[in-house]
Amino acid sequence: MILSEPWRLLVFVAGIIAFIALNAAYLVWLERKVAGHIQRRIGPKEVGPFGLLQPLADGIKLMSKQLLVPKGVDPLLFKVAPLLVLVPAVMSFVTIPFSEKLVARNIDIGLLMIFAFASVNVMGLLLGGWGSNNKYAVISAARAVSQNVAYEIPMLITVVTMIMLTHTMNLNEIVIQQAGGVWNWHIFANPLMPIAFLIFFICSLAETNRAPFDLGEAESELIAGFHTEYSGMGFGVFFMGEYANIIIGCGLATILFLGGWQCPFGILPGWWWFLAKVYFLIFCVMWIRWTYPRTTLWGLLNLSWKILIPFSLLILLLTGAMIKVWPLITGAS
Amino acid sequence: MISLFTAEGLAGLVFLFIVAVTIGGALIAVNSIRLPRAITGLAISFVGVAGLYYFLNSPFVAVMEMLIYVGAVCVTIVFAIMLADPGDEQRVGRRSAIGAPVAFGVGALLFWGLALLGINTMWPAAAARVSDGSVKDIGHSLVTTYGMVFELISLVLLLAIIGSLVLARAGRSKS
Repeated sequence: MILSEPWRLLVFVAGIIAFIALNAAYLVWLERKVAGHIQRRIGPKEVGPFGLLQPLADGIKLMSKQLLVPKGVDPLLFKVAPLLVLVPAVMSFVTIPFSEKLVARNIDIGLLMIFAFASVNVMGLLLGGWGSNNKYAVISAARAVSQNVAYEIPMLITVVTMIMLTHTMNLNEIVIQQAGGVWNWHIFANPLMPIAFLIFFICSLAETNRAPFDLGEAESELIAGFHTEYSGMGFGVFFMGEYANIIIGCGLATILFLGGWQCPFGILPGWWWFLAKVYFLIFCVMWIRWTYPRTTLWGLLNLSWKILIPFSLLILLLTGAMIKVWPLITGAS
Repeated sequence: MISLFTAEGLAGLVFLFIVAVTIGGALIAVNSIRLPRAITGLAISFVGVAGLYYFLNSPFVAVMEMLIYVGAVCVTIVFAIMLADPGDEQRVGRRSAIGAPVAFGVGALLFWGLALLGINTMWPAAAARVSDGSVKDIGHSLVTTYGMVFELISLVLLLAIIGSLVLARAGRSKS
């Protein structure tokens, strides 16, 4: 069935929202299971087989709770902030290609658009922290912003390197370039790319406030960070936004470096490969979270400004040299 | 009269919505008492402007508007306010008696001048535009026609970075 363009877009956006909500629910379940097994526990097991109905029970619980607006908060900003985290994530999904055809809108500058909307995300954290009128929330928001600003730079430099390599910002075309098997993926395009991938992955961990970089919501010092004052679905929407951003980060890493929806053996490309790679990366994210302790704010900022930024700049320079200078030396066109 | 349920009608509706968002955001930015709300209004207005650019068929400029103005400028402003005073009732300066009439007068004068300019200018026909506003065109003109300006802007940014480094370092001792 072929729908007209506006209807197709509406169906896609509805699908994206359902995808985000379901993923948020079941990634929480997965996170608890992974955490449990890493710490030699079982994790949730009571509600349904393997605790599979636990997310649904949690969702119903969250939705039936009162959305408490404490005295002294800025009521408008307090309510808008969670949406400012979730809506840009939904917008970013619009241009992510799940397969060659399964993409809501194939925009030529899709890569840039995702980063444009990702930068709005910080605004949500800031306003949530500010609007809560809570010292812990304000400290957490300030930390989250200094962290996001610091890690956006190496991330964007790495992305610029990728754009120099791919000559396009259209995510679908980037994936199409990597057809034909593992050795055609951009991560193996040249010896520098695995390092670039590592930088990108670390930055996406930091951008999504995941451990070991979860200083924004360090529960042992800041209660729950910027969402300390949120109850019920206010908290739930923040959480959905956070998991949506993790999916976007892992999805971008998959598209840029790991071949997107291409098959590692060059047969049967499709959305299943994309999802398999994304969930593998998400599993790695969780694995890292439950393996490494939280860094300090100093360590975090030093890692970005003193290690990641110089290295990403070096990779940018070397890649530029490889593209422009190397052909001149060898005489190839 | 264009029917609402045609491409033109929907486009007009979207245009009106974008304009409403831009103006509404600007009004919030000007009229709210609390600074964080004013900045939220500013951000909404910027999103509206980005929508206008998108409507004018230059998605690259629209995306850059989002990235720079919403993502960088607004966040920087909020961050600065937050560092300055985390108190809640951060009220903006008191109103003076002559402020409103003078502002209104200046605004009316500006509107009159711009309107006059807009009516009297000979606008070039739409077909005479120099480029189609794509990323490739913008990139080409940035390194050819506007190369000098581009480099000067990067110099200004470099100066800003060095200046902020000097300022940040001033209060630090060697220990």
